[in-house]
Amino acid sequence: MTILGQAAELVVSADAELVGIVGLSLRVSLTATLIASLFAIPLGAALAIWQFPFRQVLIVISTSLMALPPVVVGLIIYLLLSRAGPLGHYGILFTPTAMIIAQSVLIFPIVLALTREAILPVNRDYKNLLDAWDVSPVQRLKTLIWDARFAVVTGLLAGFGRALAEVGAVIIVGGNIAGFTRVMTTTIALETSKGNLELALALGIVLLSIAILINALIHWISSFGQKYQVSR
Amino acid sequence: MRLVLALILVVYGTFSNASERFITIASTTSTQNSGLYDYLLPIFTATTGIEVRVVAVGTGQALKIAQNGDADALLVHHRPSEDAFLAMGYGIERRDVMYNDFIIVGPKADPAGVSNQENAINGLEAIAQHASLFISRGDESGTHKRESEMWALAGISPNGDWYREIGAGMGAALNMASSVDAYTISDRGTWLSFNNKGTLEMLLAGDAALFNPYGIILVNPQKHPHVKIDLARTFSDWIVSDEAQKIIGAFTIQNMQLFCPNAKSPKASDGVCPTSVPMQK
Repeated sequence: MTILGQAAELVVSADAELVGIVGLSLRVSLTATLIASLFAIPLGAALAIWQFPFRQVLIVISTSLMALPPVVVGLIIYLLLSRAGPLGHYGILFTPTAMIIAQSVLIFPIVLALTREAILPVNRDYKNLLDAWDVSPVQRLKTLIWDARFAVVTGLLAGFGRALAEVGAVIIVGGNIAGFTRVMTTTIALETSKGNLELALALGIVLLSIAILINALIHWISSFGQKYQVSR
Repeated sequence: MRLVLALILVVYGTFSNASERFITIASTTSTQNSGLYDYLLPIFTATTGIEVRVVAVGTGQALKIAQNGDADALLVHHRPSEDAFLAMGYGIERRDVMYNDFIIVGPKADPAGVSNQENAINGLEAIAQHASLFISRGDESGTHKRESEMWALAGISPNGDWYREIGAGMGAALNMASSVDAYTISDRGTWLSFNNKGTLEMLLAGDAALFNPYGIILVNPQKHPHVKIDLARTFSDWIVSDEAQKIIGAFTIQNMQLFCPNAKSPKASDGVCPTSVPMQK
């Protein structure tokens, strides 16, 4: 109870530092989800729709990459962005940008695989119809993605959840710099290492509450959309 | 998609970007976990307008970060590694900043009788003899390197079930020691600020061999032309100034001083602060 109380207190007090940390968490993870989705959704849909060489190989690889450990992604991005690495001259290591890049890479396979799963059934249903109408590939992609949009959003949420929850990648490429690259999960890791276990757990509850809030919001919007669609 | 865009716009709108005048310092978890930076750096930023971004990792990793040119300065605590870093030409202008000491902590019951030992080497010998659980950082940090040196001095190569290398930071090592009633070596700063002591107690301290000095090193701009040498030097000049040294000396947790400034008298004769760092008992 004291921990729940502490969590509630944290939220109610709206401590400026905590607000900054929560804000950065959302900013980084939402941006990463957006960037990953821009590429993963069309590509995932394409994998579901068309036959092409090495398609099966791509599917197996993308599905396996869902198990990519965040710390490995962090390490790879770290080595790329370090001054000693190939992209070093941009100087973006230890910045929120580096964190966004790492999380985008991390969740790209998740959104890709789940989008493919979402498009497969609608493609089966509409394939003949779309073939008969002779629609352009782009139009076909758009139509099928739009039709499967609620399932696609679920994949998006899975990716976002993974990004928001991971600590391994952001702590390596972000450096957990106070007031600059410190997010919810790295704060929890830091407070744990300071022995402030109650505070760490309270922060965990705040993180979970935010995730619930966002998911509830999107669930509400999508069920509203579905009802609207039915009533039309 | 539109919802996501809207959310992002809202989140972005709320937070402005950080300032342009900043330096990145690779430093140790011990200085960060103690809360020293939260206390010290805002004063520097207010005075100079230079933001200081601290990446707190083990000393070994901090040296690597600086060697790759991913930081402008280093603030670490392992003199032999620091000297090697300077010798290789990666760093310049090392200065003493402050010191405290390492301590041996362990369960209150003290099964190995460490608290009765005269010095740290004897303490480690007692732990090894009794095969009492010992948590080693095992992460090439300054504390871990020092621990290895102490074992070598004791003529013991620790291995066996009682010796556990966890490959993690000081806080994680203390958390583990506290939950399994093990011994470990900690720097005094992290120990004093640590909030999950459980049955752990400081059992041995005050040995000159446990002297733990921190130094600041600038990353050599000849190796890495992009480093902000001027801003980093401003910070280095400030942290050894009378003003900053006084602030470091005044930093306490529960009325106990964590770091002893020593920019002026780098050769402190023993491991105990001339003015304070009182024993806990």
